[in-house]
Amino acid sequence: MTEKFRTSHGTGVDRSSVINFTFNGKAYRGVAGDTLASALVANGVHLVGRSFKTHRPRGILTCGSEEPNAIIQLETGPRSEPNLRATQIELYEGLIAKSVNCWPSVNFDVLAVNGLASRLFVAGFYYKTFMDPKSMWMTVYEPMIRRMAGLGVLPREKDPDTYDHMNEFCEVMVIGAGPAGLAAALAAGKSGARVVLCDEQVEFGGSLLNSKEIIDGRPALEWVASAVAELEAMDNVRLLKRANAFGYYDHNYITVHERRTDHFGPGAKPELARHRVWHFRAKQVVLATGSHERPLVFADNDRPGIMLAASGQAYANRYGALPGKRGVVFTNNDSAYRVAIDLVDAGMAIPMVIDLREVADGELPNVARQKGIEVVTGAGIVATEGRKRLKAIEIAQISSDGEKITGAKRRIECDTILMSGGWNPAVHLFSQSIGKLRYDEEKACFLPNISSQKERTVGACKGTFDLQSALEEGMAAGALAAQDSGFGKGKAPAAPKAIVVVEKPLKAIWVVPTDHPVGQGPRKHFVDYQHDVTAADIMLAAREGMHSVEHMKRFTTTGMATDQGKLSNVNGLAILSAQLGKAIPQVGTTTFRPPYTPVTFGALAGRGINGDLADPVRRTPMYSWHLEHGATFEPVGQWQRAWYYPKAGEDMHAAVTRESKALRDGVGILDASTLGKIDIQGKDAAQFLNMIYTNAWLKLPVGSCRYGFMLKEDGMVFDDGVTSRLGENHFHMTTTTGGAAGVLDWLEEYLQTEWPDLEVYCTSVTEEWSTLSIGGPKARELLEELAPEMDFSNEAFPFMTWREGDVAGVPARVFRISFTGDLSYEINVRNWHGLHMWEKCMELGAKYDITPYGTETMHVLRAEKGFVIIGQDTDGTQTPQDLGMDWIIAKSKADFIGRRSFVREDTKRSDRKQLVGLMTENPKEVLAEGAQLTYERVNPTPAPMVGHVTSAYWSPNLDHSIAMAMVKDGHNRMGQWIYAHDRGKVTKVKIVSPVFYDQKGERRDG
Amino acid sequence: MSRFSIFSLARNAMSWHQNWPSQWRSPEPKPEYDVVIIGAGGHGLATAYYLAKEHGITNVAVIEKGWLGGGNTGRNTTIVRSNYLWDESGLFYENAMKLWENLSQELNYNVMFSQRGVMNLAHNLGDVRESVRRVNANNLNGIDAEWLNAEQVKEFCPIINISKNSRYPVLGATLQRRGGTARHDAVAWGYARGADAMGVDVIQNCEVQGLMVEGGVIKGVRTSRGEIKAKKVAMACAGHTSVVADMAGIRLPIESHPLQALVSEPMKPVIDCVVMSNAVHVYVSQSDKGELVMGAGIDPYVGYSQRGSLHVIENQLAAAMELFPLFSRTRLMRSWGGIVDTCPDASPIVGKTPVKNLYVNAGWGTGGFKATPGSGFCYAHTIAKDEPHPLNAPFSIDRFITGALVDEHGAAGVAH
Repeated sequence: MTEKFRTSHGTGVDRSSVINFTFNGKAYRGVAGDTLASALVANGVHLVGRSFKTHRPRGILTCGSEEPNAIIQLETGPRSEPNLRATQIELYEGLIAKSVNCWPSVNFDVLAVNGLASRLFVAGFYYKTFMDPKSMWMTVYEPMIRRMAGLGVLPREKDPDTYDHMNEFCEVMVIGAGPAGLAAALAAGKSGARVVLCDEQVEFGGSLLNSKEIIDGRPALEWVASAVAELEAMDNVRLLKRANAFGYYDHNYITVHERRTDHFGPGAKPELARHRVWHFRAKQVVLATGSHERPLVFADNDRPGIMLAASGQAYANRYGALPGKRGVVFTNNDSAYRVAIDLVDAGMAIPMVIDLREVADGELPNVARQKGIEVVTGAGIVATEGRKRLKAIEIAQISSDGEKITGAKRRIECDTILMSGGWNPAVHLFSQSIGKLRYDEEKACFLPNISSQKERTVGACKGTFDLQSALEEGMAAGALAAQDSGFGKGKAPAAPKAIVVVEKPLKAIWVVPTDHPVGQGPRKHFVDYQHDVTAADIMLAAREGMHSVEHMKRFTTTGMATDQGKLSNVNGLAILSAQLGKAIPQVGTTTFRPPYTPVTFGALAGRGINGDLADPVRRTPMYSWHLEHGATFEPVGQWQRAWYYPKAGEDMHAAVTRESKALRDGVGILDASTLGKIDIQGKDAAQFLNMIYTNAWLKLPVGSCRYGFMLKEDGMVFDDGVTSRLGENHFHMTTTTGGAAGVLDWLEEYLQTEWPDLEVYCTSVTEEWSTLSIGGPKARELLEELAPEMDFSNEAFPFMTWREGDVAGVPARVFRISFTGDLSYEINVRNWHGLHMWEKCMELGAKYDITPYGTETMHVLRAEKGFVIIGQDTDGTQTPQDLGMDWIIAKSKADFIGRRSFVREDTKRSDRKQLVGLMTENPKEVLAEGAQLTYERVNPTPAPMVGHVTSAYWSPNLDHSIAMAMVKDGHNRMGQWIYAHDRGKVTKVKIVSPVFYDQKGERRDG
Repeated sequence: MSRFSIFSLARNAMSWHQNWPSQWRSPEPKPEYDVVIIGAGGHGLATAYYLAKEHGITNVAVIEKGWLGGGNTGRNTTIVRSNYLWDESGLFYENAMKLWENLSQELNYNVMFSQRGVMNLAHNLGDVRESVRRVNANNLNGIDAEWLNAEQVKEFCPIINISKNSRYPVLGATLQRRGGTARHDAVAWGYARGADAMGVDVIQNCEVQGLMVEGGVIKGVRTSRGEIKAKKVAMACAGHTSVVADMAGIRLPIESHPLQALVSEPMKPVIDCVVMSNAVHVYVSQSDKGELVMGAGIDPYVGYSQRGSLHVIENQLAAAMELFPLFSRTRLMRSWGGIVDTCPDASPIVGKTPVKNLYVNAGWGTGGFKATPGSGFCYAHTIAKDEPHPLNAPFSIDRFITGALVDEHGAAGVAH
């Protein structure tokens, strides 16, 4: 296939370097520098897509990221990507692309049949129908809508590419590398400030890439090249191409999506992260984001071959691809005359410019006339022909108010319309930064008005559409931004000289009339191309009471397509305003939200995917030993804890039975390193703990430990643990594994906001210490061997005390505390000694048949003793009294967190849900944790539930199943039978004390 | 009210849709109403609707500082479910669910309530325990709920990653088949149209600037469009409730936080149900237009700006990609924020206030949308009878004095 529309020019392409590609199954040729869109234009292919709703044929409309029509499924297989814009896809050898949402092909699309019913498919029609019969919504209507909706197809495979994030600071962030942005970066860069310049395009230059401007007497691109070279030579400047600044958050926090490898082709650079999301924090920001040309809203303005004027100019000048053979320019302003002139120079037939203004006497219209182009003023295109490619248009004189056709129609054959309805500054980022906009009547667009952050807007984004002024604004803003961030004197370098052309004002006619009232005949005036929203839809929305611009947007879906209204919003707003008889600024704009253009999910996730990188996995120093010895692991918060250690042929039940018996009969060892540990120091430390915990702490002797409950303000238990006094003003607190971070936050919140006068310092030391819990009747003998110099007798080292000394040759703190009810010691050593200590314990414990046990056995053993696990037996709705632990509340203390709540009516009720034990009739039956309890076997619906099973195990030491539960009025119902319900199964259970084993507590001292 | 149907649509098509009436009037405020409702979101409009429909009270104004349905009603991820843990919440939300099931027909407005099933994933043994507990509680309360193991999860949602090697493997899920999604804007519009047809004035662009209280009794509201007297005033203003209540000297135990949501570009269907994971902070569904609709966690700081922080979205998408690796190559199209009003027990406040004839409906956190019909129904009862409906009696403001909290932290879609 030859490139019939390729010219010999094209400043951005290399015609000697041919690239082959496939579009919709057909092979084509393009050249280096092409986008997919420019290569298709060069090949005369304009029909590239179908509209969302009625599947009308659609052509390439723009040359940039705002493209609504040319939506592409790129490649196949795991690297396939839906919904890319052909205007942004850089051509590479072997590229495979196809149109989305058409079947069987873009040329013959079955769902174009929808067009026949388009009179029904007006804005919001689906709110009015699909309601009868009710059952058909889920079975027929909605499935049909879902099948028809959606654009591209997501590959089912896992994404083979990687993505990453970068964080950086700079003094001056310049967004947009058109003339104003380049000037700003140059001026700021010369000051020595750290400057970042980013642009979404492949090359720097912005609009200059597409035009034939002259700067300093040379083609503007030469100035661009020298400016870029100058910037590249500066060490303090970072240049990012293919980098879309998509978010502008508080405190000059700018996020940028950089596409790093897509242009090489899929998988061509596997060593590089495909995309990168940059997070910049800038002292000063210069927005040079340019502007978008606005389509004109006229009858059947969506046929392939109808294109934005400046985009047609870009295809000719930059890519050397003519948009058609014979085109007309349709405009309401002077800028499109440049397009007519350039296209004629490039060899395209442009017989006519149709200008909505009554007079077109500016410099550019006069040049056009000199080129032999007919200029028809006070006129508009009132009809178009050609289904898959524009064939002809009809023009007519329009009344000066733009309301109606005043003269006879004239038919002109052409295959291209280049339209310009004026320019919308790209104020998206400015608006995201909470800057306030104003509406400019003369330019008929929204402009930045009041900045809300340290930011300056320059160039077309500020409504400065002439090149000379844009360059000067850029230089000045760059210099001032640098000065405000502490660099340079704020004096702008001299701007280069452009040729100044004065443009006359535009005339806004928001809807060009046709030969029937808008919306009351076959011709459609499209406002939002992708979503098939017409001017008539917007008028209907207004009629139906959708007077807010947000209502109009949501009712018609204007601006909700993948271009997020870059082309449609202002036209839609203007049409709504006219319909309501209000001025445009009175109606206002919708809110600009990030991202400016869509950002790949993978890029936003960065490296934070794939297992460990999603969230750090925490492992204890003994992890490798557990792994080597066959442990099965349980995730607890971020930690991986040994769950149980099955021997060959053992299931969990067998392993836990063996481990549980081993501890009760001999000695067991548990890796308890994951328990949260907080070092608390300061002269008010004891007083602080006295307020945090429910029990008394002031008189705890140095060398002693105490178990405590922390409550939230509502009096409900929030965490527990043993805290030991290391010195007069020094405590070692332990918390639950999962609660550690929350407890530290809690302590800090109180210290910083409620009691800032207390002198207390809290430091997380969870990972500083390895903790080995050694328990069972043989524990003391083992400890005596491990630390011969320490005295482990009950007299010298009683329960709830701690001692310091050498254990297995390393310094250790040994705490005599127990979560199993048996004699137990917790050895704490520096984490780098953890594995050594564990191995030493195993070595010396071998003769006692020391048995490592995991969290499951720990849970069984503590349940035998009725010890609660916070977060399992509690859920934030239990007081200490509910748990039968009144003893832990100091009666004499003036205050502690949660105390006040105990006098509340509901909190002091005597029939609250209370912790009890449950026994099943059948000793072998283990209840389901989470089973709900009722007093009666048979219940109405809803059933009166009186509690639930919190923990349930097989107890090998009792040879009976055991369970813990919260039961309403449970403490008064000992011995009663109630019923446990688990997914249809009902089990009769007896309420008993939750202490099942060693009720006198005789095993604690060995 | 002109009835909506395929026939009226076809008839109007003949006249090029020129004759559709406005769905609601744009009335000027009257000097006095029986009831003034502050806030024309889903809850306020539903309240007005049920006041008129169930209690015959039609001299009602719903006043709104912006545009109707513009707050959290138009910003949420549209999930509807009733599988709450405690009796109080479960029965309340189940009543709402029953109203949802007939809402399109009730309002003659297609709210696109789609019962495609909501799964809440369990990622650790604690999650499993709590999930089973919730399933059992729901079943005994007559609310549909099932426990699925990991394979059944995969069967119900084939694109989900249940690999044991993922960072937080899927161990199972609760499933409420009757849960699903609805079209949020349509809910506000449908109630507005229905209430308007019964004589309720929906007054937009009318900001409350003061509450008129005399001798402990509410007398009306001062607005940007003048004073409006009222026999009763009902607040339904979500994130701004603390601000409005403060005008009557009432301090509420409510914190307002930014909560973000996002949509992807539209794609052909990949996911047919709603998947929520409390542990890794993801909830996702696919709209009828083809966009993935996802919610993020709440920003930890309090604030009234309807926007949040990017890192919350980044973390959320990373978590989503663990569950759904195929999402990687789709693109974020739009993100936005709302303001969620949260109570200390993650349950709402619906009832009377210390000021006579002033009522409060707030603190819905992330659960407000799904409650809309039930909230309006019960709130209307509360206002009409000056005493709560049995379903919202447990959600009185007094519970923060008595301590009878309804702690739903575990059931909330997002941990607050």
